Amino acid sequence: MDPQRKRKIRLVVALSVAVLLAVALVYTSFSAATAAKEPSQLLGAAPGTSYDLTGKVVKGSIRKGDEEMRFRVADRDGGGEGIPVTYSGTVPDPFRGGREIVLTGEVQNGVFIGEPDTLVTKCPSKFTTSNDS
Amino acid sequence: MTASLGSAALALAFATMLFAVGTALVGRNGDERWVLASRRAVYAACALLTLCVALIEIAFASDDFSLNIVQQHSSIETPNFYKLAAMWSSQEGSLLLWAWVLSIASSLALYSTRNKLRELVPYATAVMAGVASFFTGLMLFAGGVNPFAALDPVPADGIGLNPLLQHPSMMIHPPMLYSGYVAFTIPFAFAIGALITRRIDASWIRATRRFALIAWALLGFGLLLGARWSYTELGWGGYWAWDPVENAALMPWLIGTAFLHSIMVQEKRGMLKVWNACLIVATFSLALLGTFLVRSGVLQSIHAFGDSTVGPYILGLIAVVLIGSTALIVSRLDDLRSQKRIDSLASREAVFLVNNLLLVALCVTIFWGTFFPLISELFTGTKSSLAAPWFDRYTTPLAILLVLFTGIGPLLAWRRVSWATAKRVFFVPSLVAAVVGFGLALFTDALHKPWAFALFVFASFALVGLGQEFWRGAAARRSLAGGSMAAALVGVVSRNRRRYGGYVVHAGIAVLLIGIAASSSFQTNRDIKLRPGESAEIDGRTVTYLRPTVAVDKDKFSFGAVMAVREGGGESTILHPSRRFYRPTGVSGGEISDFFDGEATSEVGLEAGLANDFWMSEGPDVSAVQRRVRAADAGFRACVRGAPGTPPQCRAVSNLMRAAASNPSLQPAALRTIENLQTATAERIAKSYLRDDAAATFRVIVNPLVTWMWIGGLIALAGTLIAIWPPRRSRRVPVANTELEALKEAKYREIRDAELDHAAGKLSDEDFALLDAELRKEAVEILDSANGANGNGVATNGAQGRGAEKRPAEPV
Repeated sequence: MDPQRKRKIRLVVALSVAVLLAVALVYTSFSAATAAKEPSQLLGAAPGTSYDLTGKVVKGSIRKGDEEMRFRVADRDGGGEGIPVTYSGTVPDPFRGGREIVLTGEVQNGVFIGEPDTLVTKCPSKFTTSNDS
Repeated sequence: MTASLGSAALALAFATMLFAVGTALVGRNGDERWVLASRRAVYAACALLTLCVALIEIAFASDDFSLNIVQQHSSIETPNFYKLAAMWSSQEGSLLLWAWVLSIASSLALYSTRNKLRELVPYATAVMAGVASFFTGLMLFAGGVNPFAALDPVPADGIGLNPLLQHPSMMIHPPMLYSGYVAFTIPFAFAIGALITRRIDASWIRATRRFALIAWALLGFGLLLGARWSYTELGWGGYWAWDPVENAALMPWLIGTAFLHSIMVQEKRGMLKVWNACLIVATFSLALLGTFLVRSGVLQSIHAFGDSTVGPYILGLIAVVLIGSTALIVSRLDDLRSQKRIDSLASREAVFLVNNLLLVALCVTIFWGTFFPLISELFTGTKSSLAAPWFDRYTTPLAILLVLFTGIGPLLAWRRVSWATAKRVFFVPSLVAAVVGFGLALFTDALHKPWAFALFVFASFALVGLGQEFWRGAAARRSLAGGSMAAALVGVVSRNRRRYGGYVVHAGIAVLLIGIAASSSFQTNRDIKLRPGESAEIDGRTVTYLRPTVAVDKDKFSFGAVMAVREGGGESTILHPSRRFYRPTGVSGGEISDFFDGEATSEVGLEAGLANDFWMSEGPDVSAVQRRVRAADAGFRACVRGAPGTPPQCRAVSNLMRAAASNPSLQPAALRTIENLQTATAERIAKSYLRDDAAATFRVIVNPLVTWMWIGGLIALAGTLIAIWPPRRSRRVPVANTELEALKEAKYREIRDAELDHAAGKLSDEDFALLDAELRKEAVEILDSANGANGNGVATNGAQGRGAEKRPAEPV
């Protein structure tokens, strides 16, 4: 085979692999992603659909039970009364009232049931200009 | 005083950097005086920024709370070590660190090229000083981020440093990452200079290769420290979460890795020029993007981002860099076209190209996943995010292929490898990999996790291949110089630091990936609830909760457990996991229950071992303690009010408080008394926890081979050090004074490389003869042009040329 042709074949192969990867990326990411919602957006949420709940833990709402933990999460800007949440599993160190969290789970009868070990609490950061405490 | 002096120094540094940009551009056509002025201006700005950093550090060390930065991030109580490191936990301090490190790197780069690359240095200077003035300018003009902002009146104490950040590796980790980000500015600046002046040979690469390597190593080590911190401090037992901030640091590291490989192809073969220019632009832009991400709030992350004022400016800089560089590369496409082609797929450069594509694919995947929330918002209107499994699905196979090529690359010679030679060098590594594969399949359950299994097999292939390289190199050296095998090994490594340093890095990465694969695929993860005295069985170990512990001091409660872990019939290991509850920083004279309002941190009980880590964290049940604390607080409030029916021991307190209310001078003493009483009460209540017999939840993780990650990282770091260590010769006499000499040196090195490959059996006799002839011809061409440039007569040409042909190379 002459080298010109060989190179062309290689290029076509490389490009098709790249295109394949790109298509796979796009396709799987849209199907695998969970939508992030704030409590106020979860009011009409369909039961059985998984969401990422994002918002602020309402101060003083945390109740630790034997097996699970209950607390309320309100919108990040503090609006609304928030949604009650139950969660079992590990609680990250920075978790406490007033912190922003992300939790995967679904809504059942107006209560957000968090999946175990999906609770993410934002680090009180380094780069915030205002202190929330 | 500090504030005004510092602000002045900062403003002066800004002006000096701008001056450097201006003079560099005026002197771009070779006016030495202007170029000299610009270089000295960069040195001066570096000195000024050093002064700024020193002032801030002195302010931290001496508790100078008149500076906002000190008040916000330190306190009298903060340990001294953390005081010195608190600078970069602030927004403004981290910007100052950026500018300072950049000024140091720029000064070093300009010093090392003071006699070289006369055409492109002015442009490189302008770029480096331009970026530095951008960051100094941000501090001065963006608002709210001036590190020398003063407070009036001066507070008595500061807020203190967040306890989560008080961890040794957390203190080295940010400056490492920053220095890595920053050092990539240097190769970027020289690449831009090379593009503008159309001097697109490998000279800019030779001048900045070390900076790129250092940047790469710092970034990698910073990532590793961050992982280590997460593993030991955050209480969830993982080291990587595909969090945007982590990804932001990983992406430039990946592209930087690709860059470090592909510049070798440009150096040796003059190919991939466009690709290299694109890679360094991408690396630098990704470094800026990382800096931007932690300051913008556009993405959800474990790391909370402040919506700070500097985000949009950094985004603007990224846009300028991307648009400017792309336009520049496109306009220089004709000059960038390479004369040569890759001769054969079985050659080192072909493998480098494949590895480059894999690394870029990895980076593109991570980029897509990281920014997916923004992409999905654009198309669907809702921010959706991708979790770790999505990332794992793509990164795992790519990483496995990469580790395979980590092994294949070093076994192949440049230009071409004959089939017979390939068979010879691949035989032993393939055989060992096959044996390892069979062994794992027969004696372990590795086959249940096919990805991890593939990685183990490929990694053993890579490690054996690398070992064989060292062995063959040393053997070749010994047959030449005699002596022991060990001495020959040292000899061959120290003569070929770049090559063997690189091999050591490869080995380190292979070991690191084995650690990641094993610990992520074969982890045992259990949550158990135990009362003191109870035991549980986990993964063949007996875990016994011996007794609870309590410690109280002024700023924290610490509830812990003494755990005995026994494997088989052996001795027990004692672990002390605990959980600490901190009083909120910056609050004094509150109530005892404040302790449960502040940060809580896990102190992990860890028994690290080569085979596996036994990791445990504790979640103590403190509800009874909290109830008692609330009761005690209520009692205190009643005491202070002096309500009727106050118990007699309370009366002294309420009298004191009443006196203090009318006489302010008594207040500090009264507060101290209350505080002492509270501390004593807190201690008593905390001790009651020991009698509660309360059950605690423990998260237990048996993590196989996780130690290999840290070891692999350190091996890679050691390899980088070997590769950047200057050769002994050039430390004594600066050999490469002119570019032509540098070119000549590079060609000689290539000849020596080929001879080493031949001696080590990687090149067959015919291939070597062909390659050697080619290389020597190229060397003669260089010498000819050198003589032409020096104005020497034609007569000496031949003699010099023959000299090159005969030059006794000393490869091994």
